[in-house]
Amino acid sequence: MSDDRIKMAHGAGGSLMRDLIGDVFVRGGGDDPDVVGPEAMEDGGAVRVGDRWLVTTADAHVVAPAFFPGGDIGRLAVCGTVNDLAMMGATAPLGLTITVVVEEGYGRDDLRRIQASIDAACAEAGTRVLAGDTKVMGKGEVDGVVLSSAGFGFADRLVRDRGMRAGDRVIITGSIGDHGLAVMSARHDLGLGDQLQSDVAPLNTLVARLMEAVGDDLVGLKDATRGGVSAVLHELADKNGAGVVLDDVALPISDAARAAGELLGVDPLVVANEGKAVVIVRPGAVEAALAALRADPLGRDAAAIGEVIADHAGRVIVDTGFGRRLLAEPRGEPLPRIC
Amino acid sequence: MSAPQVDRLQFRDPVRARALLDRLRALTADRVDRPVTLMHVCGTHEQAIARFGLRSVLPPGLDLVMGPGCPVCVTSAAEIDAAVDLTRRGVRVATYGDMIRVPGTTLSLADAQAEGGRVELVYGVDQAVELARAEPETPLVFFATGFETTAVTTAAALLAGPPDNFFVYSAHKYVPPAMEVVAAMPDTRVEGFLAAGHAATITGFDLFEPMARAWGKPIVIMGFEPLDILAALVRAVELVISGTPTVENLFPRCVTGPGNGRALGALWQVFELTRGHWRGIADLDAADLDLRPEFARWDARVRFDLPRQLGDGDDTAACPVCPPQQRCGDILVGNARPDDCPLFGRACTPDSPVGASMVSSEGMCRIWFQYGGRPELGP
Repeated sequence: MSDDRIKMAHGAGGSLMRDLIGDVFVRGGGDDPDVVGPEAMEDGGAVRVGDRWLVTTADAHVVAPAFFPGGDIGRLAVCGTVNDLAMMGATAPLGLTITVVVEEGYGRDDLRRIQASIDAACAEAGTRVLAGDTKVMGKGEVDGVVLSSAGFGFADRLVRDRGMRAGDRVIITGSIGDHGLAVMSARHDLGLGDQLQSDVAPLNTLVARLMEAVGDDLVGLKDATRGGVSAVLHELADKNGAGVVLDDVALPISDAARAAGELLGVDPLVVANEGKAVVIVRPGAVEAALAALRADPLGRDAAAIGEVIADHAGRVIVDTGFGRRLLAEPRGEPLPRIC
Repeated sequence: MSAPQVDRLQFRDPVRARALLDRLRALTADRVDRPVTLMHVCGTHEQAIARFGLRSVLPPGLDLVMGPGCPVCVTSAAEIDAAVDLTRRGVRVATYGDMIRVPGTTLSLADAQAEGGRVELVYGVDQAVELARAEPETPLVFFATGFETTAVTTAAALLAGPPDNFFVYSAHKYVPPAMEVVAAMPDTRVEGFLAAGHAATITGFDLFEPMARAWGKPIVIMGFEPLDILAALVRAVELVISGTPTVENLFPRCVTGPGNGRALGALWQVFELTRGHWRGIADLDAADLDLRPEFARWDARVRFDLPRQLGDGDDTAACPVCPPQQRCGDILVGNARPDDCPLFGRACTPDSPVGASMVSSEGMCRIWFQYGGRPELGP
């Protein structure tokens, strides 16, 4: 009986969430070659318009605390939306909509700060808010402030999830786990000071450089948000019937993120990033991809971290340098261990 | 990424690791048919072993099993039921994340939360005390699980004088008696033990001396980095093969003979040993940590009338949540591996755990499900 109730874990970006979406929200579809709908479970949807694709995406943002080291919910809303569009190949977002749901009693100054962040992030990404909506709910009916956003833009070439095959290489555009661990550290007051900052940033320019550098050798692109790098790789492995081997030693993880992860008992690979993408390229394009990424400040720490294999379909294996193990697929909210 | 490579290289050096693995392979070469069986008693050890992929490279002549080293796994279902019941009585219950999804007889604390009960996830007892302070009108019970390592922190919080609306529901357990149970089992294959380095940091290793003598089995104190683990395995195998039942400390950068006097002082000032029920194993004498009477004003067992419930000896079969084919008990004492259990990975997964060992990140089943580590992962 209790299984029919939605639990927090259903919103954490892992397999439970995918199951819920498949069970309740996505029914059928996928027959029209000129449409990418929700059944594709990609970062956004798209419809063909002439010889281009109109890409759209929708996103809701609930983060506690709303202001965290390195960003806030306003910046998160803009970047999350811009990045989802970019991951589909739409790197020049035409515009966004933002809906703000506020709890009675919320501070006007905090709303002003959030709006200032929205404006600044839009300027960074070269886009604008075209429309919005504001709702106020009673005390206790919503936790502080919730943002919901949508965005749209054109892609000349759609980057899909299903082009990966054995031999392809896995690249990450920078350090892993910073956003999730910064927020968790702030939430649990770990006292790490400003050592750990969210990486929240718009990736559209970085992606545009990458697409220009490697062209059709770019065969997979996903921002590693909820569920982190692990969720993204498991999803790609699953969709493509392939396995992935990650090189543990090559993973770019900052000392602060490593320390926070060890303290909390949470693997940086399963926590959210808000300014990093997992890139899959054909083997011959690795150097060109890395060079293009590293030329951009947001891709400075880009690294080749793994390889696609034919065996172990749907699995992600970590080569630790000592031996091999499976990488955990995030299922629900990562829980801290006790000792 | 930057400087700390130096540190990691000391204890995470694959070249040294290969040398130790070669030594292990040589030592156990003629034991492939009847592997040298070592038991560690710590979920964090299993985590480390799995996380570094060591199980995929251990030689076939060595069988490394995990004993009752997951505090969440051995917390009795009756105690979880009582915690669920507290939430229905309007009490806030704070506990560690691992504990929230462990099923009681019918419900877990996560289920209680979905029903509207107030369940707070905390990273430490201090956070629970703060939560109690922030809402002085509402009683808050800290459902305290964990071994002596974690119990020390609970003791420190009580000695610091928490607020009147803060209570401790102690499900803390003490490891040495559980090791004794395993060592005393007539059909045990275990030839040597690896003691948990962090627990021994508190308790010291002197207390293991009489055990090693009495059981005639070596005990090696083991740390948590890959080289700590491999070095301790090599030493333990050497002691087993030479028939030397001594205690050796292979984690000397943290562990001393007498242990941490201040922590032990706090532990025994606040807690006393009592007979308790270890889920899936048995009722064990002097293996649970109860608050002493001087701390009764903060004792949830006293305040909310929660008597300690014992099973009838080994209760695996009698446990209402355990289907008869489930092998939690065998797994918890190291007599079976997770993949010996017919439910493992099928009816029992982290999404819908049947046994507690599949819930906690310290649980053997969860760790095996999560990390694999079986030889087929090799290149």
